Amino acid sequence: MPKETAVPLHAIISDSRDDILKEWIKAQLDDTSRSQAVPDASIKASSTEFFKLFERAISNGNISDIDRSEWEEVRHMLSDLSASRATQGSTPSETARFIFSMKQPLFARLTKDKSGPDAGAAVWELSLLLDKLGLYTTETFQKTRESIIKRQQKEMMEMSTPVIKVWDGLLAVPLIGTLDSARTQIVMETLLQKIIDTGSKLAILDITGVPTVDTQTAQHLMKTVSATRLMGAECIISGIRPQIAQTIVHLGIDINDIVTKASMADAIKEALARGGWTFEKQAENN
Amino acid sequence: MDRIPILKIGETLLVTIQVDFHDRVALALLEDLSEKIVNFSSKGLLIDISALEMVDSFMGRILGNIAKTSRLLDCHCVLVGMQPAIAITITELGITLSGIHTALTAEDGLALLNKLVNAKKNGKPSAKKQEAKWR
Amino acid sequence: MAVKSQEERPISSEEDILTVRNSVKRVTALLNFSLVNQTKIISAASELARNTLEHGKGGRSIIQLINDPDRVGIRIIFEDKGPGIADISQALEDGFTSGRGMGLGLGGAKRLMDDFQIESKENEGTTVTVTKWLEKN
Repeated sequence: MPKETAVPLHAIISDSRDDILKEWIKAQLDDTSRSQAVPDASIKASSTEFFKLFERAISNGNISDIDRSEWEEVRHMLSDLSASRATQGSTPSETARFIFSMKQPLFARLTKDKSGPDAGAAVWELSLLLDKLGLYTTETFQKTRESIIKRQQKEMMEMSTPVIKVWDGLLAVPLIGTLDSARTQIVMETLLQKIIDTGSKLAILDITGVPTVDTQTAQHLMKTVSATRLMGAECIISGIRPQIAQTIVHLGIDINDIVTKASMADAIKEALARGGWTFEKQAENN
Repeated sequence: MDRIPILKIGETLLVTIQVDFHDRVALALLEDLSEKIVNFSSKGLLIDISALEMVDSFMGRILGNIAKTSRLLDCHCVLVGMQPAIAITITELGITLSGIHTALTAEDGLALLNKLVNAKKNGKPSAKKQEAKWR
Repeated sequence: MAVKSQEERPISSEEDILTVRNSVKRVTALLNFSLVNQTKIISAASELARNTLEHGKGGRSIIQLINDPDRVGIRIIFEDKGPGIADISQALEDGFTSGRGMGLGLGGAKRLMDDFQIESKENEGTTVTVTKWLEKN
């Protein structure tokens, strides 16, 4: 029964609170595998705070179910802690060790003050409790990491699709990195909206920075070209490297209606010529 | 609404599709247009779909048929004002609307029509080249 | 996944296709789908509703607002008791048509949505279920 062992457990902890806390903090600071992501002061502060909440939660007698309301403060503190550690760049095991390193000083007290079968049971229950708290910490840590990755992906996606106004009525999209369907979708939407906003009749899609083109990517590119055309604008694809050209031919994609140029410079030249612009280099004075 | 109004401006017919309509209205539009093109011997047809909210393959087929029919009746057809969302959806559906002329705005569309019609009047064989020119 | 709300619309005439489109439009706007996705969903619904009417000889559609822990979505079910589809994979191919569309109905609708399921038995009817999700931030 959890309650029977819980009461002495609480008593033991409050008796030697300061010693346990000191040993625990020392164990964390002495940990040789520790990275320098978390400063000593914050380890001390969070350990002290956690221990206070932990003691309060344990005094309620429930040490088996951390989902209950007595443990809410502890859970809350742990989520904050692992979230902040995740953003500080701690490793998952380092974060989990925050809890696990508490075992040693706690168990030492339990077995010193009591002996016999009771002590074994108490150690077992406490061990289960700390495992649960440790897992909870790791899980929150993982979730925070995931949300960071998601946010970064989104930011990268937005950053990697700039639509540039090159000239009056001429837009350019320099594509860099792998083109998957989600990204092409964003490219297409941003480009088409910009065409409407600026009244541009010509857009250059530059794929110099796209490492490989497979069937999917090629089809996405073609879709962008035809959607642009449906709106009444034209699309030039530039920066097609030799092996990509071969891939496109190999894939048997209909290339009859597509205007391509080897480089962005050629594409701009062609676009400006179509707009009726001519350029000449001025003779140098000296 | 049972009929979409068709406006005649000189040699050009102008249709603005402003509301979501059902299939019957679309079919009626195709009929009305062919009749008016012949009656007025119109040389150009401008269809503004800037207010269109969605397009499915039936709509796509109607638009394609309007373009083809008017072509047979010696009238150039230009589709103007397609919104990005519609263009993306059409492409995803797989409708190509090949052979149909498009322009960004009604103004661009009229300019393109003029060019197409004049090219023919001046006896230039290839209107295609003119159309490709970026204004 | 849980169904938060749903509405049923009959499909027995051309006007009903319009009604289905409007109901779908209302739900997609309510869920705050982007304009592009709203258009895709409405177009797919229109496509499938027309299938139900023409190929399935009429039926009904059920428009559901659904949610998961981390996302919300719209699910639309089209049911008919028509002749059914003998060869589903053929019906999904672009260019195959038994009606007056462009033969892009089923395949096109599949491309426009996130999830597409079709069940059909000859002489018993067809049920098409499509879903589009919206990730919560």
